[in-house]
Amino acid sequence: MSTAVRTKTMTLIQAINDGLDTVLAERREVILMGEDIGKNGGVFRATDGLQEKYGEERVMDTPLSEAGFVGAGIGMAVNGFLPVIEIQFLGFIYPAYEQIMTHATRLRMRTMGHYTVPIVIRAPYGAGVRAPEIHCDSTEAIFTHMPGIKVVCPSSPYDAKGLLIAAIEDPDPVLYLEPMRSYRSGREEVPEGKYTVEIGKGKKLLEGDDVTVISWGAMMPITLRAAEEMKAEGVKCEVIDLRTLFPIDRDIIAESVKKTGRTVIVHEAHATGGIGNDVLAIINDTSFFYQKAPTERVTGFDAPVPYFGFEDHYLPNEKRIKHAIRKVMMF
Amino acid sequence: MDNQFPVQQIMDPNGIIVSPEYREKVTAELAKSFYQQLVRIRMFDRKAISLQRQGRIGTYAPFEGQEASQVGSALALQSSDWMFPTYREHGAAFVFGHSLRNILLFWNGRNEGCIPPAGKKIFPPGIPIATQIPHAAGAALAEKMKGTKNAAIAYFGDGATSEGDFHEGLNFASVCKAPVVFFNQNNQYAISVPIEKQMNSKTIAQKAIAYDIPGIRIDGNDVFIVYFETLKALDRARRGEGPTLIEAVTWRYGAHTTADDPAKYRDQEASKIRRMETDPILRLERWLKNEGLYNEAWVRHIEADAAKEIEEAIIEMEAFPPADPANIFDHVFAEPTWQIHEQKEDYLRLIGGVST
Repeated sequence: MSTAVRTKTMTLIQAINDGLDTVLAERREVILMGEDIGKNGGVFRATDGLQEKYGEERVMDTPLSEAGFVGAGIGMAVNGFLPVIEIQFLGFIYPAYEQIMTHATRLRMRTMGHYTVPIVIRAPYGAGVRAPEIHCDSTEAIFTHMPGIKVVCPSSPYDAKGLLIAAIEDPDPVLYLEPMRSYRSGREEVPEGKYTVEIGKGKKLLEGDDVTVISWGAMMPITLRAAEEMKAEGVKCEVIDLRTLFPIDRDIIAESVKKTGRTVIVHEAHATGGIGNDVLAIINDTSFFYQKAPTERVTGFDAPVPYFGFEDHYLPNEKRIKHAIRKVMMF
Repeated sequence: MDNQFPVQQIMDPNGIIVSPEYREKVTAELAKSFYQQLVRIRMFDRKAISLQRQGRIGTYAPFEGQEASQVGSALALQSSDWMFPTYREHGAAFVFGHSLRNILLFWNGRNEGCIPPAGKKIFPPGIPIATQIPHAAGAALAEKMKGTKNAAIAYFGDGATSEGDFHEGLNFASVCKAPVVFFNQNNQYAISVPIEKQMNSKTIAQKAIAYDIPGIRIDGNDVFIVYFETLKALDRARRGEGPTLIEAVTWRYGAHTTADDPAKYRDQEASKIRRMETDPILRLERWLKNEGLYNEAWVRHIEADAAKEIEEAIIEMEAFPPADPANIFDHVFAEPTWQIHEQKEDYLRLIGGVST
């Protein structure tokens, strides 16, 4: 590198704010829509200061109506804008499910590309912050099942900004999931200005050759801690952050599983119909004969995300992850 | 509420102008162009039902009886406006300039049919009820933000006003003062459910009160009032004064689609009576006769023109290349993901097609 890139220490939420600021400054077509995103700067302050900087027309407080403003966002996207829509919590996206499933994801197909919907829908997801019920859902899989939308989920400030800019530049709808428990839990150096993290590419966070541990989003810090702790037992984990949930990075999974022959998948979403199953399908298709043990999944239970009084039991933790790692090692 | 929102007319069922202030505005030229479009889309509608019966297209949603609502509203649009039709507004879309071949292709199971002619902003028909209403609000807001004078029109039926998207769309548009006309065709049945079971409201127009926008109830079989009120609402939208809700009271004579039998859920005698008394084409014909403008030879001429146009579109539709399976995969994303790419390759290889 001949020229040093200027960086700034940021939390994940600051990186999102910085990413939005970067694209708002660069492209007139980018508009932000959502509840309380203006003066209030969003309930998590992801859009803090942006209305003041870019005006009420470009950073728009919408009525409380997820179907209405996602639907209107689709109309604006078709008519030349690049709406970045905030859903306050993923658990409140369901009224807009129809708009996403029947329109955003298939207008390109219906019109053979005559009309397209380059929107980004941002939604904080997941449990672990003592939030009220329905504020803690992790239902990414009901979106990865939809053809026509990409689903990304960063776990670090660097990836948060880079993936957000990539999502906004993507010509198709992208659901951008934000791990709310990681919003302010860590900081890292984030480049100033524009850069992107490629959608569809995972990242190896830890090298190892005994067992592949695959996760994303809010589960990454716990997964990494469990992997580090397993070193004491002589187990070297290779930890992969998927970063994109559709389309999943098949190569990074296959390459690692072929090397280790053992896999643990960690996600906080419910097991049944969860993305862990898609990872399993990839292992089946690419690395079946390399396996030394059946893959273990550590997931949220097939129960609604409980009231926060119970969430420590519901969420995968180091203990459950380590248990699964030992299980595949001892098979 | 029905007193507060009376059904307004310019022309009564006998073809008499009942709103004197329109006497000058209703010109022979305008009336003749309306008549021609009414005949054109009715002939198309009848032909499409017959094509469905012969198995030459799929399930079809007829609109016979509603032609005045569709013709009057579509002709009020400027060419650069947006149209958001539902599956029953191909009459309006055709009048606005959609390709008849493409409309037929749509009904024959081909997404190629959703592509409007160059420069025409016509959305694919809205299928899930009322979902196109927020799109129209958004597209209209985008026009406003771009600083154009373009507006949007969203069509929907009476049943759609029970859906959340109707209310969310009207609320959003009214808050943003989006230049959009919400054009309701109240044909009084949502498939089989009559309006009394759909809503306790006496009118649909009154729902505008909740959003503090103008609501107007018109005779949807009077092409003159449909045209002039839509024009008024569009002008208002272009002036930056926001949306209008128009309730055009009408009636579909036939089935919801070719897959149902209306005799099962309503007395079809009512349709026969309405056909004689309030039919949109007969009514305009009466006016033309009253004015001494009706000319048998001219009518035969426009019918022959329409028949020719429809026949040519059918020939084009049927000569269209067969469905290319690649189409299933090629437009999901701008660039296919590996899953879609491989599924396409595998399938094309299996059927012996050409892999790309």
